[in-house]
Amino acid sequence: MRDQATFRVKAGLAEMLKGGVIMDVVTPEEAQIAEAAGACAVMALERVPSDIRRDGGVARMSDPEMIRAIQETVTIPVMAKARIGHFAEAQVLEALEVDYIDESEVLTPADEANHIDKWAYKIPFVCGATNLGEALRRVGEGAAMIRSKGEAGTGDIVEAVRHMRMINSEIRSLHGMDEAQLATAAKNLQAPLDLVRGVAKDGRLPVVLFCAGGIATPADASLMMQLGAEGVFVGSGIFKSDDPERRGRAIVEATTHFRDAARVAAASEGIGAAMASLEASKLAPSELLAQRGW
Amino acid sequence: MSPLVGVLALQGDFAAHTAILEALGAEVREIRVPGDLTGIDGLVIPGGESTTMTLGVEREGLGDPLRSFAKEGKPLLGTCAGMIMVDRDHLAIMDIRAARNAFGRQVNSFEQDLDFDGIQGGPLRAVFIRAPWIAEHGPAVEILAEVDGHAVAAREANVLVVSFHPEISGEPRVHELFLEMITAHAS
Repeated sequence: MRDQATFRVKAGLAEMLKGGVIMDVVTPEEAQIAEAAGACAVMALERVPSDIRRDGGVARMSDPEMIRAIQETVTIPVMAKARIGHFAEAQVLEALEVDYIDESEVLTPADEANHIDKWAYKIPFVCGATNLGEALRRVGEGAAMIRSKGEAGTGDIVEAVRHMRMINSEIRSLHGMDEAQLATAAKNLQAPLDLVRGVAKDGRLPVVLFCAGGIATPADASLMMQLGAEGVFVGSGIFKSDDPERRGRAIVEATTHFRDAARVAAASEGIGAAMASLEASKLAPSELLAQRGW
Repeated sequence: MSPLVGVLALQGDFAAHTAILEALGAEVREIRVPGDLTGIDGLVIPGGESTTMTLGVEREGLGDPLRSFAKEGKPLLGTCAGMIMVDRDHLAIMDIRAARNAFGRQVNSFEQDLDFDGIQGGPLRAVFIRAPWIAEHGPAVEILAEVDGHAVAAREANVLVVSFHPEISGEPRVHELFLEMITAHAS
């Protein structure tokens, strides 16, 4: 018997993306450059996060025409973003047959209490998280892949580091707990108990964990991979830099060879200037995208 | 002595292959540069994105070393993207042409039970993710499994390819077959 859209099939695509770089693109031309630079998938969106920050306004799902054009341009998986809680945008993305939907805090939230019921879709979802409880709530809602949020559009890695370290230290803290302690941990994490039990047993999330939000250089990618990321999302960091193709290639190379400092050094040479950046700690609380999500 | 199996680790689900191979008693080495190939008894090209892997193979200068490795007769297993990588249009290690994403986009990905020639004990649980199939093949290629009349597993001498992911469904018998090929080649 043939079974489609099982959780194993959804989470399985994330397994195939491991060790790779997923690049934000806003046009078919950028998608082509990303593919040629070695991206393992592209994320189609209306504006990259740094432009959303600069221009403000409501950030929404991309124009379906643009998504289709990108799908026709590249053969690697095409992901697209829906607003948090905007299940109709997700339905549209499913109708377009994108390969993954990112229910993303980078877009303006549509629902301030609820996330999308992701079990209702045949397309898998990736969601952001700043800590273990948030990651497991998203998995409980049906997410088949998690990315640490970081602070998108800044080019500042500090929040990505904070979130990745937080998720992994909370995973480690579950090790060796008995059943009574796990129940308390689940309560404190505000996460489903069965998922907390699974994390305690396996010592890892039940799905693939990438990082996002602030990666701008090959060394940033190496840092996040060494901290436990299984792959990297790069948003503004590539197409807001001087030389997107070379920087894209360099970040791909550094992600593959993340433990080999000589290779990361070689990849970092002569790739032009990084994106214009913002210090995350100088942002007003209302400007912090990572706080979106509940 | 347990065999030393290389797993190409440029991108993809190489860790899942490592886990299943180690569970079956093999030693595993991740392969990223040509020098890593020295001394291994067999090689796995994992699932992942074949475009990304192709660029990685070019960047690392792995094309000729991988072809030489296969020519020596050492066993090679390719799953999904790994099937694409060995075909006529890529590394040209095997006399097949793989059709990429032949089953369609992710929404068409699926799992099902699959009869596999040469593997006993009932059908395998096969997970197909944006999977290819074998569109053409030469006379020396033996087709081992089909879905809807399309070849999804094949062997040509020392090269075994499947378009699904035994490493994801926890199905050990494909890797057992591969390890038997390694033992047979060594003796």
